[in-house]
Amino acid sequence: MNPDVQESTFFLALRRMRAPLITLILIYAISVLGLTLIPGIDAEGQPTRMSFFHAFYFISYTATTIGFGEIPNAFSESQRLWIILCIYLSVIGWAYSIGALLALLQDQNFQNAVRVQRFNRVVRHLREPFYLVCGYGETGQLLCRALDQRGIRAVVVEIEEARVSQLDLHGYSADIPALVADARQPEILKLAGLTHRCCLGVIALTNDDDANLAIAICARLLAPALPALCRAETAETATNMASFGTRHIINPFDKFGRYLALALNAPAAYHLLEWLTGVPGTLVVPHRDPPRGHWLLCGYGRFGKAMVSALEQEGVLVTIIDHDPPPDDAQRHWVRGDGTGVPALLEAGVRNAVGIAACTCDDMSNLSIVVTARELNPELFVVLRQNLQANQALFDAFESDFTVVPSQIVARECLAILTTPLLAPFLWQIKQRGESWASTLLDQLTERFGWQAPTVWGVCVDTNQSPALLNWLTQAPRETALGDLLRDPHDRAEELACRVLYLARDDGGSTVMLPHRRTVVRSGDQLLFVGQGAARRALELTLNNENALDYVLRGREVPGGWVWERLARSHGGAARSADKTKADRTIA
Amino acid sequence: MNLEKVIFGFFIVLAATLNFGFFVGDIDNPVHHDVYELFAAIVVNLIATVLKFGDRTHIGAIHLSTSLVADLQLIAAALVWSYGTQVVGAELTPETTAKVVSLSGGALFANIVSMVILIAETIMQKR
Repeated sequence: MNPDVQESTFFLALRRMRAPLITLILIYAISVLGLTLIPGIDAEGQPTRMSFFHAFYFISYTATTIGFGEIPNAFSESQRLWIILCIYLSVIGWAYSIGALLALLQDQNFQNAVRVQRFNRVVRHLREPFYLVCGYGETGQLLCRALDQRGIRAVVVEIEEARVSQLDLHGYSADIPALVADARQPEILKLAGLTHRCCLGVIALTNDDDANLAIAICARLLAPALPALCRAETAETATNMASFGTRHIINPFDKFGRYLALALNAPAAYHLLEWLTGVPGTLVVPHRDPPRGHWLLCGYGRFGKAMVSALEQEGVLVTIIDHDPPPDDAQRHWVRGDGTGVPALLEAGVRNAVGIAACTCDDMSNLSIVVTARELNPELFVVLRQNLQANQALFDAFESDFTVVPSQIVARECLAILTTPLLAPFLWQIKQRGESWASTLLDQLTERFGWQAPTVWGVCVDTNQSPALLNWLTQAPRETALGDLLRDPHDRAEELACRVLYLARDDGGSTVMLPHRRTVVRSGDQLLFVGQGAARRALELTLNNENALDYVLRGREVPGGWVWERLARSHGGAARSADKTKADRTIA
Repeated sequence: MNLEKVIFGFFIVLAATLNFGFFVGDIDNPVHHDVYELFAAIVVNLIATVLKFGDRTHIGAIHLSTSLVADLQLIAAALVWSYGTQVVGAELTPETTAKVVSLSGGALFANIVSMVILIAETIMQKR
């Protein structure tokens, strides 16, 4: 809803209180006036009149049903007659006013207006960096959870109220402000913090390509410096987004098509990529490599198209089963029919095929297709598209070779772009270097770290992420090598269980693939690490704590704190402090 | 002719005239200032204020603020009057009267501003 409209509903609500308020004022005025005009009797039996002060006092407590009695003197009969009228008048007045007020509070428009204003206030007062996530569907939920785990704030705009109300149930550690609104409207995006100085970027994940496009345009025009991550499920939208300079366009189908092409072309490179991008801690099972030969594909939609073009690029013969094949496509082999049925599968040649891809947008159809096909040909390599996270149990039960979950692909890709920007150029390098190089690297890495997906993280040598190292580099007498840095801050004889994959220098684009341990670290460097979570925490300690860094690089322990530093200096500078090491261990 | 406009104008002008009626006279002479007139001025001013609720225009906002000023001044005058007659003594002294009347004079000024805005708004409407 437009915030302008929101504001006007607020004023409209105020206007609706006019009649009850005027009624109340009139009732009070008439009652008070009457009471001052009607003759009464004072304590000595003399005729008197009530003052305005007493009349207002009396009416105030009578109208609110408090009832202190007849003050200051007992009333005359004519006064009592008037009071009877006043009591009923005031009860009616209050009932009407409170009824109107309650009706107003229940009003949908009014509640919306209040909600929008509260959301706006929360967003305006955010003082930490945050991402603006548009669309809280499956992808949005995965992404928000991952961001929350990493301690990054998010603001959500979602059009469906039911999904926003789920947000409270998901138990995030930080509060995620959410608004039920259409993110296509620029005003809504502004309300949600698009132009906020702490906004790190816009992530458009709605299931509507047009909406994502609209968000991308808004972000480009209203906040040109912000990175925008946009999901696009058709090639047209992706091209359109690219035309006005959207930095990150994520097409899950296209992405998977490329993975599959890579798996067909260079299995080791593919395994390396999968190992690096896996969810940390999960076991990456090296599955069998997709075979070359005759493939079947059911459902020529957005995903089907991406798959066919990827397979054909690799020179694989594909037979497409679809309900209505295009009439003028003579280059491809089409079978008209339903992939869930045996006749269509047989006609497409399932018995001699090596692989099948079930690409329809209905989960039950996809499962039905692959179950039938496996019965006809148990050796088939199966690629299965899963549309809804809710059907996870069914897809787990069926052992496919590849299960494609678009929402997971998008969320993982977003996360990689946001948290480890160096991963993308490194993965690109993997594809360039060729199969044997990738195979050697994969063997080295899995031998050292196992087949569990590792932690992949980026570090920038700057005041923010590694203040201690930066300080050291500006003062150090000689250059610092990577190998010296990657040592355990508790025992420097131990090497940290991590490795640098990629290094980007600050000097305008020079990069080092798999830097050697003698490679020199400079300020402004960006490093991509792979390794165990414990190594990451240990390294963070080294990079942030001057004493830990000093120990790691020079092998001596410096006491912390002003007093200890003074004492150490007076004792010749090389005093050891066991207490300090202990303290550091507790920090770590 | 619009009934809403008639009522609106009526209450604004009535608030100003009642206020003026209470204000005129010697400033410290209780006989010249009737408490019923003050009461009527307060009630009419409150109604005029509520009538101005919910107007989003700039002029509407100024209308509302002048009215709120007048209310504040008149209620202050009523409080001073109550204090003078009920707490200090039974009779209205010239000092108290002067205070009440000067406060209502401030309210009168706010009401005049309100009237000027009303007239300006009317003139601006080209018809």
